[in-house]
Amino acid sequence: MSLWSRILNAVQGERLNREIDEELQSHIEEAIASGRDPDEARRTFGSILRQREASHSIRVAGWLESLLADVRFGWRQLCRNKVTSVAAVLSLALGIGSCVAAFRLIDALLWRPLPISNSSNLYVLSHKMTGFDGKPLEDDHWATPEFNLMRNAVKDQADLIAISEADRMDITWSTDDDVEKAHVVYVSGNMFPLFGLEPALGRLFVAADDRAPGAAPYAVLSWDYWNHRFGRDPHVLGRLLHIGDQNFQIIGVGPRDFTGVEKGTVTDIFLPLSMNTLAAQDRADWHRVFLMLKPGVNPTTALEPLRQHLSAVNHTFGSACSTCFRGETQADIDRYLNQKLVFYSAGAGISALQKEYRRLLVVLGLLAALVLFIACVNVGNMMTAQAAARAQEMALRISIGAGRRRLVQLILAQSALLALLASVLGALFAAWSAPFVLGLINPPDNPARLALSADWRVLLFGFGLIILVVLLLGLLPALRASAVRPVAALKGGEDPYSPRRLMRGAIALQVAFCFLTLFLSSLFVASFQRLQNRPLGFSTDRLLLLETVAGKGQTSVVWNQTAEALRAAPGVDSVAISGWPLLGRIRINSDISINGAPPSPTPAFFLNISPGWLPTMKIPLDSGRDFGPQDTSPGAAIVSETFVKTYFPGQDPIGRTFSRGANQPLNTIVGVTPDVPDHDLREPNLAVFYVPFNEVDDKSVPKTVDFATFVIHTDTRNPLALTDSLRQLIAQRHNGLRVSNVTTQLELVRDQTVRERLIAMLAAFFAAVALLLAGIGLYAVLNYSVLQRRREIGIRMAMGSPRASIVRVVTLDVFLMIALGGCTGVALGFGAARYVESLFYQVKATDAGMIALPACAILLTALVATLPAVLRALRTDPTEILRAE
Amino acid sequence: MAKTDALQGSLDLLVLKILSRRPRLHGYAIMAAVASTSGDVLRAEEGSLYPALHRMEEAGWIRAEWIKKDSGRRARVYELTAAGKKQLGVEESRWQSVSLAINRVLREA
Repeated sequence: MSLWSRILNAVQGERLNREIDEELQSHIEEAIASGRDPDEARRTFGSILRQREASHSIRVAGWLESLLADVRFGWRQLCRNKVTSVAAVLSLALGIGSCVAAFRLIDALLWRPLPISNSSNLYVLSHKMTGFDGKPLEDDHWATPEFNLMRNAVKDQADLIAISEADRMDITWSTDDDVEKAHVVYVSGNMFPLFGLEPALGRLFVAADDRAPGAAPYAVLSWDYWNHRFGRDPHVLGRLLHIGDQNFQIIGVGPRDFTGVEKGTVTDIFLPLSMNTLAAQDRADWHRVFLMLKPGVNPTTALEPLRQHLSAVNHTFGSACSTCFRGETQADIDRYLNQKLVFYSAGAGISALQKEYRRLLVVLGLLAALVLFIACVNVGNMMTAQAAARAQEMALRISIGAGRRRLVQLILAQSALLALLASVLGALFAAWSAPFVLGLINPPDNPARLALSADWRVLLFGFGLIILVVLLLGLLPALRASAVRPVAALKGGEDPYSPRRLMRGAIALQVAFCFLTLFLSSLFVASFQRLQNRPLGFSTDRLLLLETVAGKGQTSVVWNQTAEALRAAPGVDSVAISGWPLLGRIRINSDISINGAPPSPTPAFFLNISPGWLPTMKIPLDSGRDFGPQDTSPGAAIVSETFVKTYFPGQDPIGRTFSRGANQPLNTIVGVTPDVPDHDLREPNLAVFYVPFNEVDDKSVPKTVDFATFVIHTDTRNPLALTDSLRQLIAQRHNGLRVSNVTTQLELVRDQTVRERLIAMLAAFFAAVALLLAGIGLYAVLNYSVLQRRREIGIRMAMGSPRASIVRVVTLDVFLMIALGGCTGVALGFGAARYVESLFYQVKATDAGMIALPACAILLTALVATLPAVLRALRTDPTEILRAE
Repeated sequence: MAKTDALQGSLDLLVLKILSRRPRLHGYAIMAAVASTSGDVLRAEEGSLYPALHRMEEAGWIRAEWIKKDSGRRARVYELTAAGKKQLGVEESRWQSVSLAINRVLREA
């Protein structure tokens, strides 16, 4: 209570003084009223001012009052230099905002624990092995029968949970026509209870839902999906959901904040593991396995025995497979089966997005931190200059009795004011930029989604950042100011070089960081450009892709008839069919066996194509011919140049044969095409072969096809304009074919470079900001230095020093600092580049161009920034200066 | 005989005691009461009275309030709080023991 009143009094200092005065005044009046002589009463009372001071200091919190005075004084200092203050606040705000935004993204994707109970006890199982090609492999997918074996083996100490990756599937809610996409995840029935999750509506899965394959046709919606798809309608319970030929009944809605364990993807629908047909297959590795320690089990001692136990189960399961390793030598099989099981902590979720974007986000954080640091150095320099200009004031304060602590407080108050103003703007910037950057991760039709809540973690980080900034900004100038020797300063003889030495060191640091930022961003931008400009070997112009499914499968005859119908549609130029699009999400490899030999160690990738697909994609033939309607698979094949180099080096491949594995039917090569990137732009060209879309079994009976892609070359510049009419055209044929996804070949190519585009864009942004800030900083320091040395310059001029030597005097040490900073930057850059090498495409940190570009940019900026100060130095009028001194 | 200024330690005691007998006094009245009840022997100087009052107010022993006087001016009057009553007991017993000790010294020296 008393402290509070003292704090209140400190804020209302003037009012308190008035009250004290009034009380003392009333005392004197009382004395006069009781008959004392007015003059005598006043005289005995003594100095009212002194009494007031004594009472005042009792009744206020002195520290707070002095702090308030300092803040007010700091505010006036900032207002006095409006332009520099605004620049300082803006640059700090940009730095703080970028750092907080980067932290929000990194925290949300990589660090924040899942909203489940005991998240710290959750691990994901993975196994490391040596593949049959001799290369190390790591995989975290498991077959359901093996999962069940492992689950039983460790059931006393831990629970195993199976969770599949989120799959973007076609689902329907009523009729067959309105197909939608939803992220579907299959989970074992124990997941919800073990995660301690409660339904928002209905019930969640329980262990009993796992019991028999196909026995639990139920679905649980995530709260998020329930909210945006059904507007939180409670009558959703009991509705039927159709996926393929299966029906599921909605039995419940999950808790509000649980969106699955896959960070970056929001699960829409949970289905029981037992409802997936893969669950019944002996050797289909299709879901992840998580391990949750039982309560009270100590992770440090229990994990290793658990791991060994599970390894043994894994080995037994692996060696029991009689059909898995046909055609491999016993040594290779033993090497493959010698697998190492590993646990990874999964409390923060597990996802491909984490793996793919971890380094990118770290780089982003680093760039943001560098920009903040450069901004801090800038503002710190500004404050050092101001503090140096105030050396006389400080000296005066000390000589009339101000404590050194008070002086430090005075300057820290000013930097705290700057930091607080900047952090308010920075918070706004972060609130906007974090979701913006998140929106650029992943292709637009399937954006990454993360919960970017601004909770105590973010607040704590922001608060820590502000403290750091205040210290960075204020501590040095504050300590300098408090070390002022009053005698020297008041005489005007304080060493004029010391603040400049400090500021020059800061310039070297700034240039180093600026160089690092520029260097990294030029590497990223070059990577992006090279990736984007990689020759494709096919045309993306006006190509519409209709990814189409046939629920129960249709023969290629039906598919070809549909293609024929599409060909007749207005606006359509040509139509072809392929199994899946180039550079899409699907790729399948195949063994290649030549002359009945065992399959070669390197597999090839294949694609089923209809006649006319090559011309539609504008892929030329090097030799041979395109497929005709008579060609079937197996039977004919067209191969890529790399395929020829790999399997038929130095031979003419036309007419030669290969089979897809030992004892498989032969395919005769009828044509050769140039290489095209089939799946990933970043990969070197791989061996690819094309087989006819018409597939037949060993009795020459046509096989049915579940899904394929119509590749349509259109007349219009915007192929997507035809989407609705073509989709309807296919639906009207009522032959079981249904369009599941529409895209263009151009979009697929663009989606390939999403990550590179993002990092290049952000890095270029940070580089521009860093360069601008470094330029401003350089200008300010040099300008200040010229002002400080105008007496020296005046004397030099008066003594007849030539202009060139004046310029040298002014700029020499600055350019030395730039050179020093640049060298440090190169060293830092090489170190950093090694860490992010995996994000580069055909770019090396040691390329001369990569170093020359940032160096030139910095040099140019330095020249521009130093020009005004040099001109000012040259315009110095010696007579005026010397007279003034 | 010169009017003795109340000793630093005993001023609190005097003020608390006076306020415990007659609540709601302003500064001048407290000063006058110290003089009159001590038979003009003790005197609280203005220079120490007001800081003492404000200090005790911050300590929570006394509570202040503005009242309107007949003259239209405001006066600040003080009264004892519960904590002040307790403090008065403490101060009284301390004064008793100190004066006892001094008396003993005077008797035996």
